[in-house]
Amino acid sequence: MKIAITADRKGDGAQVDPRFGRAKYFAVCDTDSGECEYVDNAQNLNAMQGAGVQAAAAVAHTGAEVVITGNCGPKAFASLGQSGIKVVVGASGGVAEVLETFKRGEYEYADQSNVEGHW
Amino acid sequence: MKARQLVILSGKGGTGKTSISASLAGLARRAVLADCDVDAPDLHLILRPGVISRERFVSGYVASIDGGVCTRCGRCIQECAFSAIDEGYSVDSVACEGCGVCELVCPVGAAKLSKSECGEWFVSGTRFGTMVHARLDPGRENSGRLVSLVRSKAIEIAERESSGIIVIDGPPGIGCPVIASVSGCDMALVVTEPSMSGESDLLRALDMVSHFGAAAAVIINKWDINAKIADRIEATCGDRGVPVVGRIPYDTAFTQAQIAGLSLLEYGEGAAVDGTRDACTRALELIES
Amino acid sequence: MILAVASGKGGTGKTTVATGLALAMASRGHRVQFLDCDVEEPNAAILLKPGMERSRRVASMVPKIDTAKCTLCGKCSDFCRFNALVTFPDRVDVFPELCHACRGCVLACPENAISEARVEIGTIEEGKAGDIRFAHGLLDIGQARATPILGALRAAIDPQRDVVLDAPPGTSCPFVETARMADACVLVTEPTPFGLYDLGLAVDALRGMDIAFSVAINRCDLGDDRVERYCREEGIDVVLRIQNDVDIAKAYSEGRPITDLGEGYSKMLYEMFERVSGGSPAR
Repeated sequence: MKIAITADRKGDGAQVDPRFGRAKYFAVCDTDSGECEYVDNAQNLNAMQGAGVQAAAAVAHTGAEVVITGNCGPKAFASLGQSGIKVVVGASGGVAEVLETFKRGEYEYADQSNVEGHW
Repeated sequence: MKARQLVILSGKGGTGKTSISASLAGLARRAVLADCDVDAPDLHLILRPGVISRERFVSGYVASIDGGVCTRCGRCIQECAFSAIDEGYSVDSVACEGCGVCELVCPVGAAKLSKSECGEWFVSGTRFGTMVHARLDPGRENSGRLVSLVRSKAIEIAERESSGIIVIDGPPGIGCPVIASVSGCDMALVVTEPSMSGESDLLRALDMVSHFGAAAAVIINKWDINAKIADRIEATCGDRGVPVVGRIPYDTAFTQAQIAGLSLLEYGEGAAVDGTRDACTRALELIES
Repeated sequence: MILAVASGKGGTGKTTVATGLALAMASRGHRVQFLDCDVEEPNAAILLKPGMERSRRVASMVPKIDTAKCTLCGKCSDFCRFNALVTFPDRVDVFPELCHACRGCVLACPENAISEARVEIGTIEEGKAGDIRFAHGLLDIGQARATPILGALRAAIDPQRDVVLDAPPGTSCPFVETARMADACVLVTEPTPFGLYDLGLAVDALRGMDIAFSVAINRCDLGDDRVERYCREEGIDVVLRIQNDVDIAKAYSEGRPITDLGEGYSKMLYEMFERVSGGSPAR
């Protein structure tokens, strides 16, 4: 399946971007092949309002079934849920390691957002 | 541990909010300060910040019409929801909200949107800690966005400096810039005065604070202007379960300290200074608990 | 004449001056209308005590998607610069709190799938305080934008009366929209560092809009001379000076207008009006 990991840069060395809505990139990874495609989230970086939900839509369009990130606000969380996308929060470290940790089934899905939204 | 966020509000202007914010900034230890009253920021007049970095604030868009291409068909004027285009086909950049409708409906591509630079934000050093502050260009919209930016920068800095608390001087009113400064805060400290207007504005401010899920506390400033209303305010707060952390008597020391460029607690002595210190101390204890 | 009473800084005495002015004018035979344009925290009714005669809800619009016609093409959310619309693979979500009611999405949709849904954001109340026609607006708690209510107040302006507008504090959009309704603006300030700084911001805003303005200094004996100096240097007319009087504060706290304290204040405020208006009589 496909999962989306928020990333602070493209390619090797990419680390989990702690913010969901204003992440620089989404690493959209195929858990079978281990390959990751990087999707640019630039248009939401400077958005002051609504970034989280726009990012959620962008992720939904990639076909990812899971999001792994540091922090996710309530509106983004609800939007992802409505699209049937599960969310893991509190993740950190390299994108490659995070993918492996996920494949080993070591992450728990969040049942709610873990930070307040910003207006 | 995440830094606590304390926002100081007034609902009604002129109750002493910024003077009290300055005093709180002085009392709090390891604090980061944020002046979120971006329309009329005053905290810097007491904290006298040394600017470390400054950046223009770009937010939203503004339309312009190329007179050379425009055929004066009038579609933009007809469709503009903000009456921002006059009969001369020039765009009033203050009324324009940057929605893009004119660009959408213009048949010849004369109307175009461009990014709007509408303010500036700063990170500065002060004697009470690092301060994030900003100025919205006069007449601009988007103050909510600038407030959000100031807050998120303050949160970043607090993480970097391992600060325990962010003290936020909020704007007056209950509209979008206030909402942007309250939502996600741990506590809103509302500074009120004992007048019928102050009382009515306090209640609207408390409604707004609870609507956005923050805890509230109240300071009654200039309480001796009208002891009866001060008591009534205290009773109403009691009924609503909102703690009144202190009462401060009317004192021209508030003005004199401001003129001296000092926080009230640095300026002098007296009942108002003591009242302010007690109220601020209690507010800080409350937010830590 | 339409006169706005404004202030960069809150709490300088806008409402005290505006209500006192309206009463001073009415007592001298002007036909006056008072509009309280501070729709987040309206206070003038406390001082003028109008008998309210009518009340109506003010509405704005938000987009409503007809899911039967929607093809999820994404043109509406691509268009919206406020992120009020978001297109997912299976639906379009609307965020009313971000919508600026520009109707662009309605225009942008190639399938005519978007219509305008009415959303109520506040209330206008109208009445009379003696002979003074009165109206104020009240923004619903949790609503962010005052603009549509100010539009409704503007539409209520009675061209047959002299109008006093009590502006909201600050220098951003609600203040600007109120000032634009007026022929001239009086900026109320106090002679303190905060008062001067915020006055400067308000002056910058008004200059950018080409609106005639002058300054009223409240509590003029409490503070220093920085505001007077600034006005002199900038060539700004100071049209009113009120000394610090704790009786004004007490009266205000009890909801009594400044004119209650005596004819002296009424005369001072009317003289300010004459200076600002060039003595134009009631229409």
